[in-house]
Amino acid sequence: MFARFGLAGLVGTAALCCVATFACASPQIQHWQSASGARVLFVEDHDIPMLDVSVAFPAGSSFDTIEQSGLAGLTHHMLDLGAEGLSEDDISRGMADIGAQFGGGFDPDRASVSLRTLSSAAERDRALDIMARVLQHPAFPEAILAREKARVIAALREAETKPEAIAGKAFSKAVYGAHPYALRASGEVASVEKLAVRDLQEFYRTHYRAGGAVVAIMGDVTRAGAEAIAQQLTAQLPQSDAQVALPDVTTRIAASEQRIDHPASQSHILIGAPGIARSDPDYFTLYVGNYILGGGGFVSRLMNEVREKRGLAYSVYSYFMPMKQPGAFQIGLQTKKEQADEALQLVRGTLAEFIAKGPTEKELTAAKQNIGGGFPLRIDSNRKILEYLGVIGFYDLPLTYLDDFPRKVEQVSVTQIRDAFARHLDPQAMATVIVGAPDGAAK
Amino acid sequence: MKVYLFCIALLCGWVQTAAQAEVFERTLANGLKVIVKEDHRAPVVVQQIWYKTGSMDERTGVTGIAHVLEHMMFKGTKAVPMGEFSKRIAAAGGRENAFTSYDYTAYFQQLHKSKLPLAMQLESDRMQNLTLSAAEFSKEIKVVMEERRWRTEDEAHALLQEKMMATVYQEHPYRHPVIGWMSDLESLTVGDAKAWYTRWYAPNNATLVIAGDVSANEVFALAQRYYGGIPTRVMPSRRDYDEPAQTGIKRLVVKAPAELPHVVMSFHAPVLRDPGQDWKPYALEILAGVLDGSESARLNKHLVREQQIASGAGAGYDSVSRGPGLFIMEATPSAGKTVVDVEAALRREIAQLVQDGVSEEELKRVKAQVTAGEVYKRDSVFYQAMQIGQMESIGLGHRVIPLMLEKLQAVTAEQVRQVAGEFLQEDNLTVAVLDPQPLSGKPKTRMEGNSHVR
Repeated sequence: MFARFGLAGLVGTAALCCVATFACASPQIQHWQSASGARVLFVEDHDIPMLDVSVAFPAGSSFDTIEQSGLAGLTHHMLDLGAEGLSEDDISRGMADIGAQFGGGFDPDRASVSLRTLSSAAERDRALDIMARVLQHPAFPEAILAREKARVIAALREAETKPEAIAGKAFSKAVYGAHPYALRASGEVASVEKLAVRDLQEFYRTHYRAGGAVVAIMGDVTRAGAEAIAQQLTAQLPQSDAQVALPDVTTRIAASEQRIDHPASQSHILIGAPGIARSDPDYFTLYVGNYILGGGGFVSRLMNEVREKRGLAYSVYSYFMPMKQPGAFQIGLQTKKEQADEALQLVRGTLAEFIAKGPTEKELTAAKQNIGGGFPLRIDSNRKILEYLGVIGFYDLPLTYLDDFPRKVEQVSVTQIRDAFARHLDPQAMATVIVGAPDGAAK
Repeated sequence: MKVYLFCIALLCGWVQTAAQAEVFERTLANGLKVIVKEDHRAPVVVQQIWYKTGSMDERTGVTGIAHVLEHMMFKGTKAVPMGEFSKRIAAAGGRENAFTSYDYTAYFQQLHKSKLPLAMQLESDRMQNLTLSAAEFSKEIKVVMEERRWRTEDEAHALLQEKMMATVYQEHPYRHPVIGWMSDLESLTVGDAKAWYTRWYAPNNATLVIAGDVSANEVFALAQRYYGGIPTRVMPSRRDYDEPAQTGIKRLVVKAPAELPHVVMSFHAPVLRDPGQDWKPYALEILAGVLDGSESARLNKHLVREQQIASGAGAGYDSVSRGPGLFIMEATPSAGKTVVDVEAALRREIAQLVQDGVSEEELKRVKAQVTAGEVYKRDSVFYQAMQIGQMESIGLGHRVIPLMLEKLQAVTAEQVRQVAGEFLQEDNLTVAVLDPQPLSGKPKTRMEGNSHVR
């Protein structure tokens, strides 16, 4: 299908929504610590006879080193490929037999495993039994590791031919330098080749601790049932206290521009710098401001300038990716090579003007109307609520976060946006990557 | 790959059972069919308007116009000038977009339930009052060309898919890409867009689907108020294209920058025409689930895990479309293996199916996933509306959805074996191979074992 607005744009928006934005008071969040030490967030809802559960750990790619880049991702990937008493086939067949679905998430901060199952006792118990063993007794079989390493390496080599992937990698490096946020989630060919079973076991032991686990439960189960599930999934997790701290991100970078040759017909352009941490007090201000700049789909300034007025690109977006440490602020677009420099200048000009002058009152009002008015759409399914529970738990946000959100958005002023953008972003100190550089302009 | 994703979506969320009782339907005097799915879990609503018009209604030389008009639908009317549609939906806290496929074109808004009248006002306005200016067209066609570069020309797998479809179909318009050929995009004019709009955008060629926290009677009253006055239009007669029977295997090779080769095997296959009498499309859906319905399905288990011939493998089939159907199998060779190896492995899977059939255990597993998918579907109001819109737009109607679930549950192992034998055979087959090219432009290893038919 061909939509009016493509995935590239939506990825930015969606990612931001997941990580960052909530609203509406509706779901009653229950919260406790299980006997194992895990944090639990639970919303009880019996409308649909199904249950969603996720367990997250601080075990994302930022816990890798350059030498072992890809270890965190491979450890996460291998969890359901064999566990105590269960072969990989037992696990996948066991889930398929009852129509249950295993999923998961992996980013620089978090590694998570999620389950969707029917809530009837027979299905639920079988699914949770498998999930419990996968989380607490992964086997990391040698032969399967060899096979999966080969698959990861093949995918990495494939990615190295794709302009988006080449741009993403160069951008992370330019923005984060030696900080582990620069590391690619699936690692590098050379580092993955060297990973061994004992590396995965050690990573698992250090990072999949009960004390760091965040359990989110959403759906058709009672409070007592949810307590039992949380305990069942975490009681036998590693109990070590070894907390691994992340180094600080250097938030100010020097301006840079890289042009990388590629035979694609379009240039893929990324511009950005370190942005903000999840805990930053400017978070709401910057979120609202970015909606106006490049987060608000068809009504954003970037979209208006680049696409609507001039037809230069199908998609152009900007977002802040708030993380434990400051995640990236990023602007992205694709445009045919011949007009790449024109588009680049236009984007830089739009960004600089926004940072210098901020939005208009009218733009701010429109942004508040959309973010506030669209609030119910953010929590209109169990899947979305589960995702928010995970984020609130993992980033230690207040349980009132959903109630606070619309109020804090409403309080943002033009002056605050201008001030916050000026403090966090310097248009003269941005990293720019252009893959598929215009002919003759390659350096 | 579109076919693949679409099939999985349908399989996972196939049918409605008890929920069907909450679906209400009425047809306005001007022919607009209005379908309401009540779902009171959250105070939100989705409006979807589906036009029974997609790229398969295009003629050679003007391919892509259905999709281009979709873009132009956001460019304003007399009452709601350029840019205002999106602004008003945004100010209402809404989200909006549209999509075009071979079979239909649809527009949607998701917003708070109190904003449904606004969404209806805007949507009904652009059904009849679109301003199509040459100036806006000349900008938007450039956007669509960028979209084509981004989605297809610079994407090796999409390019493979596009060229494969042009080979699979000799006459049927499915041989043209939804986004259109670049040379057609270069020659389209605002006049083509006007002609398309005038020909197809009428209430009697559309279905309005409203789902969410609404009452059906209120929705019918609103629909009458906003859409009821739009005049009916005489629809041009549609030509049904019979794709000539294939008379031997077809092969093609596509060169594109990439690292890994890829093989896609496409077999002509029937689709549902009489949901009460047909059985083969249901058996083909189950067959696709046996091959690729979960991690434990055959292609992943045999080719990726056990034999390690492929680094990835999949299958897909979509029983629901206006035009002819395809059953697709595909795989990427693992390191040290070739496209010849993976094609042979896929053929061994077919031979095994035809010889030994599927087990009762496999059958039960696929059906369990269909049943669970039916429950999970209720988590997404948008998806439920989408399923209704699709079924209406291709002419089967949403009322057959429960029947389709029953029929799917009734498929036997022998039926699955039979359709594998009947359709997964040489004369139905097109094999498309991606021949990866280095970024430097210099040739690397020569591909082996492929005859270049085209």
